[in-house]
Amino acid sequence: MHALLGENGAGKSTLVKCLMGFYQPDAGELSVDGEVVSVRSPRDAQAHGIGMVYQHFTLVENMTVAENLLIARRELPAVIDWKHELAELRAFMQRMPFKIEPARPVRKLAAGEKQKLEILKQLYLGSRVVILDEPTSVLTPDEADEVLGLVRRMAERGELSVLVITHKFREVLAFADDVTILRRGQHIVTDRAKNLTPEKMAELMVGPEPPKQSSARAEREPGDLALELIGLSADDDLGLPVLEALTLEVRSGEIVGIAGVSGNGQEELVEVLAGQRTLRAGTVRVGRRPYTSTREEIRAQRVRLLPEAPLKNACVAGLPLSHNIALRDFDRPPFTVARWGIRFGALERRAEEAIRTFRIRTPGARAPIGQLSGGNVQRAVLARELAGEVALLIAANPCFGLDFGAVAEIRSRLMDARNAGTAVLLISADLEEIFALSDRILVMSEGKLVYETRADTADLLEIGRHMAGHA
Amino acid sequence: MKLEPLLIPLFALLASLALFGVFVALAGQRPLDVYFEMYRGAFGTWFSFQNTLQRACPLLLTALCTALPARAGLVVIGGEGAFVVGGLAAAAAGVALAGTPRGVILGGLFAAGAAAGALWIGLSGFLRARRGVNETISSLLLTYIGVALLNHFVEGPLRDPESLNKPSTRHIGEANMLGSIPGLDVHWGLAVGVLACIAAYVLMERTVFGFAAALVGGNTRAARLSGIGVASIVVTTCALGGAAAGVAGAFEVAAVHGRANASLAAGYGYTGVLVSFLARHNALAVIPVSIFLGGIAASGGLLQRVFGLPDATVSVLQGILFVVLIASDTLYGRIRWGAAKGAHA
Repeated sequence: MHALLGENGAGKSTLVKCLMGFYQPDAGELSVDGEVVSVRSPRDAQAHGIGMVYQHFTLVENMTVAENLLIARRELPAVIDWKHELAELRAFMQRMPFKIEPARPVRKLAAGEKQKLEILKQLYLGSRVVILDEPTSVLTPDEADEVLGLVRRMAERGELSVLVITHKFREVLAFADDVTILRRGQHIVTDRAKNLTPEKMAELMVGPEPPKQSSARAEREPGDLALELIGLSADDDLGLPVLEALTLEVRSGEIVGIAGVSGNGQEELVEVLAGQRTLRAGTVRVGRRPYTSTREEIRAQRVRLLPEAPLKNACVAGLPLSHNIALRDFDRPPFTVARWGIRFGALERRAEEAIRTFRIRTPGARAPIGQLSGGNVQRAVLARELAGEVALLIAANPCFGLDFGAVAEIRSRLMDARNAGTAVLLISADLEEIFALSDRILVMSEGKLVYETRADTADLLEIGRHMAGHA
Repeated sequence: MKLEPLLIPLFALLASLALFGVFVALAGQRPLDVYFEMYRGAFGTWFSFQNTLQRACPLLLTALCTALPARAGLVVIGGEGAFVVGGLAAAAAGVALAGTPRGVILGGLFAAGAAAGALWIGLSGFLRARRGVNETISSLLLTYIGVALLNHFVEGPLRDPESLNKPSTRHIGEANMLGSIPGLDVHWGLAVGVLACIAAYVLMERTVFGFAAALVGGNTRAARLSGIGVASIVVTTCALGGAAAGVAGAFEVAAVHGRANASLAAGYGYTGVLVSFLARHNALAVIPVSIFLGGIAASGGLLQRVFGLPDATVSVLQGILFVVLIASDTLYGRIRWGAAKGAHA
């Protein structure tokens, strides 16, 4: 079991995408069992016995476990003999260290079981080298330990070679035999895991220069009530309850973090606050006044929002950067002329300024924002959302998928906003982020807020138990 | 990159003409001769060009019925329905106002046409915004209802007892009809249509409303995030588009027939959909494309006389154009310009 370690943007994903045939390496060679091979597509990789478990599940939710396993195969007969296939699958499951009933629909599986099914799928396809891309990011700490432990034992028995991508030192030290550390696309070191300490690994990952420190938390008492959710309930796209009677308060000058395994209603909560999802019951109040996310309220009550997947949720990919930065204020002076017309020149000049101050890397203000990289899209959205005075800032996984420098910068900006008196509601699946930023921590599980604690006295294990829903 | 929106429709046009050539050859004629006659029939003489312009008039406005909602991300294909109910409402208003001054009659007639069209497509937008009903389907189905309404009224309540073999409403009176643009044999609908296209362009490209509509069309989630009233934008763009098609129907009554009857449903609304797609929903581009398609329609008669090709031949060309055009949409962003290659590696 070999761990591939590095900050976001270090090149881990690019490297494994070369192994899987998504990208072609410009130079160098890849050998399997001592034989140089060329992998031009994921199909080639599969033929060589290399398989990958992606960070996000690649299962068809509405199909059964058996159906999901079969459709992954390269070739299927025109008519499937289910009796025969099910018998084969059951026999296959008997040989595996963990079992999932083939007839169960995937929709009904817990996140940990889905992860196991993804691994089973690779074994079923006959993969001898399995790449796990941040396998534990969607799991609770307990589930993570279980899955990695199972894979580890298979590797010990020699049934499997595993390459696991992670940035969690604990997992490396507990499960990996060897570690390779990448930094900015370069190979830094490969060593036995037992020769390394977390401090040493951090240093190798980040490099000689000290990590950029995030802004410090200023001592201040929470101020006035900024956000109140009172008995908030909402349904998902299928009409099933997804948020149930959420009640919470955020005061100005404090960061309230909502922790939880993704998919427990966080996304829907942000959508409600963004005006993208309707409420079934309950009220939202901002600055002690009712709030329904209309343009007038957003402006008067000074609410800003950094949703996750900003390109999908907060930008129009096909429109220029300058238009996207103007989403909040294109209908106000100085960007309007004669009230109804738009000054495109003024939009562009403002965008040029944002490009400089937020160091957005772009071909220009007129480039469609969809052409920018993820970090630069996030910077553009940040430039827009942090402009002016902000009373309430809602941030959902604001650093997801960003490189080390961008993470420090964005966290600093959130902390600066808090220090300046903004109320911040931080919703994140990254516990480290929640601990680094929050004044208070709440845990969300199955659409409910199940636990609350002060951040300075919070117990990680306690939070983990509540995240898993059994406490 | 900037050339794509010009080159791809041009390519689609040439490909369509080539396919049409195959069709013509199968019908036993020489394609090049047919192309030449089509050109002559559409643009070759002052007379044929005026014929072309006459046919372009309704297209300018019915195309807006697709182009305006398209900006908000909607695919409305019910211009025919708005055109027909617009014409019917205009004729009814013209008859009801009989005896009042000409200006009142014409004012009431156009207001009725615009309002009926706006209601018709606005209803599609409303169903979309409030009930999630697909606007493409609903606007198409509303067209059938619109045509049925037209038939019901001209054969029943509004029928002129003197119209025997072709049931129609009463005539609004020759003296009340709109004349031609001075120096042309084309009615005022041409000028109004061109102005409407320019106004639509300014509205969509230069104003706060157009900006908001582009946000809704580009990403509804982002529009909601910034608090834009998505429903009102959807309904408004639909209603404006419907009003344009309704006015086109009113011109057909006020300047061409003087009354409403089944000949209102001549397919101008459907051709408008084609115009809008060919123009990539750009209101300015609608002007030349309308004239181009007007020309194709105008050349139909000549093809029939000279080559003995059926009257529907030009419909075949229109159909080929539409299919090829929709298919060519997949080419956007895929053309490799020599120098750009590797830039995104």
